[in-house]
Amino acid sequence: MKTKMTALAVTTALVAPAAIAQELTIVSWGGAYSKSQQLAYHEPYTAKTGINIINDDSSAEAVAKIRAMNEAGNVTWDVVDVVASDAMRLCDEGLAEELDHDAVLAAAPDGTSASDDFGDLIVSDCFVPQIVYSTTFGYRTDMVGDKAPTTVCDVFDLETYPGKRSLQKRPIDNMEWALYCDGVDKDAIYDTLSTPEGVDRALAKLDTIKDQVVWWTAGAETPQLLADGEVVMGSTFNGRLFSAIAEQNQPIGMLWDMQSFDLDGWIIPAGLSPERKQAALDYLYFATDTQRLADQAKYISYGPARASSAPLVGKHAELGIDMAPHMPTDPANAGNVHIYDYEWWADNRDDLDAKFQAWLSK
Amino acid sequence: MAALTPISRKPMSLVLPTVAAAGGFFGLFVGTANGSGLLGVLIGAAMAVILAVVYINVLKNEALSKWINIALFGVLGFVFGGGIAAALIGLLYGWFIHWFTYWLYEGRYRARLLPYLTPGQALWHYSFRVICGAIFVFLITPVLVVMPLSFNAQDFFTFTPEMLRLDPAGYSLKHYQDFFTNNEWQRSFKNSLIIAPVATVISVSLGTLAAIGLSQAHVPGRRAIMAILISPMIVPLIISATGMFFFYSQIGNWMEATLGLNKTFVGYVKVILAHAVLGIPFVIITVTATLVGFDRSLTRAAANMGANPVTTFFRVQMPLILPGVISGGLFAFITSFDEVVVVLFVGSAGQKTLPWQMFTGLREQISPTILAVATILVGISILLLATVEMLRRRSERLRGMSPS
Repeated sequence: MKTKMTALAVTTALVAPAAIAQELTIVSWGGAYSKSQQLAYHEPYTAKTGINIINDDSSAEAVAKIRAMNEAGNVTWDVVDVVASDAMRLCDEGLAEELDHDAVLAAAPDGTSASDDFGDLIVSDCFVPQIVYSTTFGYRTDMVGDKAPTTVCDVFDLETYPGKRSLQKRPIDNMEWALYCDGVDKDAIYDTLSTPEGVDRALAKLDTIKDQVVWWTAGAETPQLLADGEVVMGSTFNGRLFSAIAEQNQPIGMLWDMQSFDLDGWIIPAGLSPERKQAALDYLYFATDTQRLADQAKYISYGPARASSAPLVGKHAELGIDMAPHMPTDPANAGNVHIYDYEWWADNRDDLDAKFQAWLSK
Repeated sequence: MAALTPISRKPMSLVLPTVAAAGGFFGLFVGTANGSGLLGVLIGAAMAVILAVVYINVLKNEALSKWINIALFGVLGFVFGGGIAAALIGLLYGWFIHWFTYWLYEGRYRARLLPYLTPGQALWHYSFRVICGAIFVFLITPVLVVMPLSFNAQDFFTFTPEMLRLDPAGYSLKHYQDFFTNNEWQRSFKNSLIIAPVATVISVSLGTLAAIGLSQAHVPGRRAIMAILISPMIVPLIISATGMFFFYSQIGNWMEATLGLNKTFVGYVKVILAHAVLGIPFVIITVTATLVGFDRSLTRAAANMGANPVTTFFRVQMPLILPGVISGGLFAFITSFDEVVVVLFVGSAGQKTLPWQMFTGLREQISPTILAVATILVGISILLLATVEMLRRRSERLRGMSPS
């Protein structure tokens, strides 16, 4: 009898429909980045609304998985953190919801509308920008001798800085840096890359260091290689380097020259039920307001995407150091930056990927 | 134990080159670590030869020279290696090279061999053992390296100088603490502990029934059925996983929409069923193997005594094939517990299992917490495999296949 009662109780509990969405599945990149979102957005949101947040660290394969989920008619994600170029692809394929930024996002405290506050960082109708980050170089301070590297071209200088260097296993940024260091004017980089001779020139420049390059795919690899002393210098996301330098006390220095800016932000996948879409929008309204974006910078050195958040950026939550000088957007760091051209890469990515892979395997 | 072979002293023309080779081999590692492998080989070989000559021809006192040699290399290790760890290696090497020298010189290596072996056969006898040892080392080292690294005080996969000096400050339990206190790790551990046992119970029940059925001679097309049931083991996992993703998405949608089941519950059901399918082949194979040794006249005898087939199964057949069932179950459990591809496809974040969490941790963070978890999992696997081995021995004893 007792077992029957228990069985009945269990069945009732299982069959009871989920009346209100009490859970949000939020997809992000994992690591220190997810932790900063957890502390700055998720925990305050759960405290305010009682909605439980489940983290899924799958942003790296977000595009493929959203496609598959859409095809199977089983979208399990509510809010997804992707880089700007992925957001544009998903938006073009109709896999992400188009949003009216002024209607669904909070205005700045001084009344500036959301679209003006984010400005031209809203690169797609589906995309809510969150942070500005950069791909830049770090070097072992104890392995570069007396002269610390000062320009990105030192990466190509094997005589002054012998040893291995790590670069991301993709053409983006590497091709531009190669041309820039081969003497191409910064404004002419994409014009040069549009010609077959320009591509060959960039690859020829990369050829000069090819046998000294360790290619990475995950952001954590370069900090690990630097900490091991296996590479002298390497590119990675600036927040990873900040964490290795300031939080782990590794002998690593930042090389901000020609850092490549990129954007990261939220999308809502298409195909959610109206209630789930509403819950996702409610989360976005909260998580992208001026104060929340400024709060995230307490935990990781990425610049908030709202203009109104910048003055609110304070000190690191645990170390108590000022975060502003570690932001990629800080004037001292942004002296010479590389503006990565989304549209050019959207048009040429497939072609250059193939050429780059062919070059890699040569 | 081979008969004791009388031993005699060997000429230095045999001892010196062999000792030089051993010294050079060790010197190669020390030399490579310090920048020049070739120099290391030369110095190592020279030292081994000189010391052997001094001990055998000049000192002529084995016990005394042993302690001198151990102390000498201990001090060398401490001074040049810079630390207690290097000194320990030095002590060990000092003991080994001295033992090796006298082992050759006194001809002790012959003591346990048959007296009529040719020098070539004696050489092969020991080379064979060295090769086997080397294979063992290459298999086991990657697993062992993980263990000390999991006590790293830093957040990188690196042997820090403090660790190499055996300085307590270089070690910490913080990655274990992270595992036991971090919500993400605890949730995924809990999920694994829910999914793996339930999937195991399903695969053991279905797999055992299938094996018993398929071992009956009168089942039509039993080889074809067997091949289909075993196919999850043969088809590349990524293919199964993609198929399962679409299949279980449909099933999940139906369960949620038509049966009105809770979303989280459906998520678990999908992953558990998928893992059960992966585990079934292991159970079928082990149980089929056990059934080969099962005496069918026992079931006929039971039937003769009036037992119905169900009673016969539980009272007669099951106890005898139990070891096979259990080892199949352990394989099914480990399959589910270690599985990452299928769960990445079929599961949603709510069903994140331990291997999934390790996978994202490895890709996004390279956090040594993964090493701590790996160490714990290695411990669990050793326990499980020891259980399998004990069961196997018990089964052999029961069936009288081995004495004792």
